[in-house]
Amino acid sequence: MDLARALLEGNRRALAQALTLVETGGLQARALLGALYAYTGRAHIIGVTGAPGVGKSTLVAALAAHWRRAGRAVGIIAVDPTSPFTRGAILGDRIRMQALSGDPGVFIRSMASRGRLGGIARATGDAVAVLDAAGFDLVLVETVGAGQGEVEIAAAAHTTIVIETPGAGDDIQAIKAGILEIADLLVVNKADRDGAEQTVRQLRAMLSLADLPANGWTPPVLTAVATRGEGIEAIAAAAERHLIYLRESGGFIGREQKRAGRDLQLILQETALERVRARVAPADWEALIAQIVARTLDPYAAADHLLDQAIPPSDG
Amino acid sequence: MDRPIRVLIAKPGLDGHDRGAKVIARALRDAGMEVIYTGIQQTPQMIVEAALQEDVDVIGLSILSGAHMTLLPRVMELLRDHGMRDVLVVAGGIISDEDARLLKEQHGIAEVYGPGASTHEIVRFIQEQCRTRT
Repeated sequence: MDLARALLEGNRRALAQALTLVETGGLQARALLGALYAYTGRAHIIGVTGAPGVGKSTLVAALAAHWRRAGRAVGIIAVDPTSPFTRGAILGDRIRMQALSGDPGVFIRSMASRGRLGGIARATGDAVAVLDAAGFDLVLVETVGAGQGEVEIAAAAHTTIVIETPGAGDDIQAIKAGILEIADLLVVNKADRDGAEQTVRQLRAMLSLADLPANGWTPPVLTAVATRGEGIEAIAAAAERHLIYLRESGGFIGREQKRAGRDLQLILQETALERVRARVAPADWEALIAQIVARTLDPYAAADHLLDQAIPPSDG
Repeated sequence: MDRPIRVLIAKPGLDGHDRGAKVIARALRDAGMEVIYTGIQQTPQMIVEAALQEDVDVIGLSILSGAHMTLLPRVMELLRDHGMRDVLVVAGGIISDEDARLLKEQHGIAEVYGPGASTHEIVRFIQEQCRTRT
């Protein structure tokens, strides 16, 4: 495939077009991802998440600048929400990443969530794979502004950074069951504001209550003022330590296995659905829907009926 | 085309008046487009680099500083250098009729909008152009 070859040779336009292709999905996207798969598995994938306005984009930009100074190539995927009403989206994360402009060792791509609710888009994992294959040493994924349930990033990344800000103390109760559980690193950003120390203390107290495995990874609680670049080195170092920990503890291969299993399952679901739909004439589909609405057929029986035609059930 | 139209909205040059750009960004979003908003004080290099990375179908340039006859042709030149002639470029701002004519005829800007332009008109133009291009 020409696009795959051009991308592997470092052609940035080809890379951009490949990202569009995997975002759109379909057979061509699958062929491309198949051709690139052997080149993936090298990048350190880091997720950055937190509520809207905590400074995710600024921190991502500062981390990218730090790793660029160390000579490492950085790919960035920044996800923003799609409007559920119009399918449109405003993708504004680049505004805070201007300082990276003009650097050939950086590639930034904005992505709309396109209806997915887990904090990233359906194709975010595929886009990460494309950047990984293109040779970026690190791929940073910035999620949509997240609350409690946007935890999909943890499955897509090796290292997940959760950002908090001072004054969110009252919210800690609310968030401790959700997003904080996926943190490998906790960062209190805007630490020049009042209450930063208290937020750090609360997060540490919360972690001490958590049932963390002995000799396991304890998420460090770090402070930063991302707009001034303060605390960035320590965060980058902690992320690198986390990767080493994952490799040495066997957690890395465990995460890879989990992700591979999840990906395979998702791909199977999508493919099976596509094949079943392809066999059903639109009129027959409408007829089944009508029967379900009229309560003459239940949706489970309808699904079995369609599936049995495409994939005969095995005995037993 | 089964994917949303992707548009980069950028403000080249030094003026910081971004209200118009934001109104347009919002209107395009409401029309179902994915709008990459890059903010003020963009150089032509920054704009073209962002357009390349984001693989956009359209670039919307908002400029009120009066430097449009320098900056907009430069954007078009860089797009050509990067093999991105297929990207639709529209401009908005305080641009005289004569300058608008030159930008369209000599530099390949698809359309130029003044202060009174309706967002509906701009949305419709972009939708129609993107439809005929693919």
